[in-house]
Amino acid sequence: MATQSASFSKTAAGRDGIFLPAFTLWWREIVRFYRQRSRVVGVIVSPLLFWVVIGSGFGTSFRSGGGAGQQHYLDYFYPGALIMIVLFTSIFTMMSVIEDRKQGFLLSVLVAPVPRSAIVLGKVLGGTTLATIQGMIFLVFAPLVGVRLGLSSFLLVVLTIFLVSFALTALGFAIAWPMDSTQAFHAIINLFLIPLWLLSGSMFPLSKAAGWIRVIMQMNPLTYGTEALRTLLYPSSQSDFSLATSLGTLTLFTVAMFGLAFVMVNRRSTKPAA
Amino acid sequence: MAYPTTVIHRPESQAEVSVPAVISVQNIVHRYENRTALDGVSFDVRNAELFGLLGPNGSGKTTLFRILSTLMVPTSGHAVILGFDSAKDPSALRRHIGVVFQAQSNDGKLTAYENLWHQGHLYGLHGAALKARIGEILSRVGLSDRANEKVETFSGGMQRRIELAKGLLHHPSVLLLDEPTTGLDPGARRDLWQYLAILRDQEKVSVIVTTHLMEEAERCDRLAILNEGKLMALGTPADLKREIGGDVVLLEARDPEALAEQVRSRFGMEATVMGQQVRLEIESGHRFVTDVVEAFPGEIQALSVSKPTLEDVFIRRTGHRFWSEEKPEA
Repeated sequence: MATQSASFSKTAAGRDGIFLPAFTLWWREIVRFYRQRSRVVGVIVSPLLFWVVIGSGFGTSFRSGGGAGQQHYLDYFYPGALIMIVLFTSIFTMMSVIEDRKQGFLLSVLVAPVPRSAIVLGKVLGGTTLATIQGMIFLVFAPLVGVRLGLSSFLLVVLTIFLVSFALTALGFAIAWPMDSTQAFHAIINLFLIPLWLLSGSMFPLSKAAGWIRVIMQMNPLTYGTEALRTLLYPSSQSDFSLATSLGTLTLFTVAMFGLAFVMVNRRSTKPAA
Repeated sequence: MAYPTTVIHRPESQAEVSVPAVISVQNIVHRYENRTALDGVSFDVRNAELFGLLGPNGSGKTTLFRILSTLMVPTSGHAVILGFDSAKDPSALRRHIGVVFQAQSNDGKLTAYENLWHQGHLYGLHGAALKARIGEILSRVGLSDRANEKVETFSGGMQRRIELAKGLLHHPSVLLLDEPTTGLDPGARRDLWQYLAILRDQEKVSVIVTTHLMEEAERCDRLAILNEGKLMALGTPADLKREIGGDVVLLEARDPEALAEQVRSRFGMEATVMGQQVRLEIESGHRFVTDVVEAFPGEIQALSVSKPTLEDVFIRRTGHRFWSEEKPEA
């Protein structure tokens, strides 16, 4: 009797595909998102609320903060608000990594013949898609701050938002991967990410910052996201870096963050996986 | 280190040589930071066998399960499944094994069909072939009519059946299940075990189940009994019970230590004290009972005679109860 055990062969095992599993993990992130109505509402309403409340509050308190010529502060703040929205959506979608781990879903992915890079790619692209869409929704308000975008500038804005989203989602993935509680995740976010945003040129420009803060801002990758957006949205304003420098730095940052997430996910430990 | 690639371990009698081992667990040791979870465990699992890993919580069976399912690398030793070393060649092995975890791995926000669709993609299945396979497996587990409902609305038993369908979607020849009946009612438990037997008989799948329930262990073809990281017994449930021989007699006494001592000196037999009870293994227990009651009038408050169970096997091998309260913290 020919049993199955007679046919074990190593040649039968082909290369594990990366795109099919990455696609399906991405698809799941999107489906889960729109099946949770409160998340959908939050994505649409929060950017509007955030910008109107904070922007107008600051606008009247510090009229012409003086950062960018004669710009109104509400205008100056617009790229920073966009970055903040993308930052929070990107990072927080990766809380799903912790939830997947707790619920046991992640285990079934880890025992499947899926390259770890596909897990990173699928989940990160899922979060990136959601954050990019949210950033784009916020772009609807651009005409209100007097921005007129041509097609090429618009595409570059989308590219910038995509790069920032991807890099931050990958960073969120790398932070979330070894964690077992969402509380710990929140603590890390508050510790690092809010200062990261504050010192990205979102609230005040690099050129007006004091010496050591300026150094930190120059080392902060998010600064280049804010700068790229500001250059694209307000071509007339003077900026600290050229668009090429900003986009180049962002690309490097994105690759580095994906690499970091990839390293985290490949640590095969002798500790329990769940 | 030269290690044979096609390991067919033949540790036992000559009669078994013709049956290749599907799983070969070779002297596995696993240490967590300050605790040894597995301490040199070895055994084989044969093709189309329903194999049980029985042990109390903390016996190391979940650790072993994680090693077999490629989630963890053992500190030393090897787990070779279908010729693949689970530590060295995990991605090749993963194609051939199905894994059902104790915790729910379904996504409740997705429908039954979507969960399986997602799972199929992870195993490289797609398109019409995947669709046909999902239809097939859903009817096998009796959930065709619920295919388009969200899994979070399902009962525990139905969710478990979806888990099983996920594990079997890619036609694995080895199925690993970690405490699969946790949280199921008796009816759902029975259904699951019947289905595992069908898989073994009709599709020749080798099924490895961890459990801490004696009545489930009874249903396995063969068992490995684990305790504190060591293999205490290996064999069919019937063989394991047969080695006890005769009956098990339990005597309840106010002073069990004294009673045990008296039984030892009077009858010259081994007597162990467990809590308030003295435990004896003896041929023809029913006759011995009258002797012992007459020998120590008034000292025995209650007694029972029973055929040996797997718990008795466990007690004999480990010297303590399956659910011992005074187990020292390692």
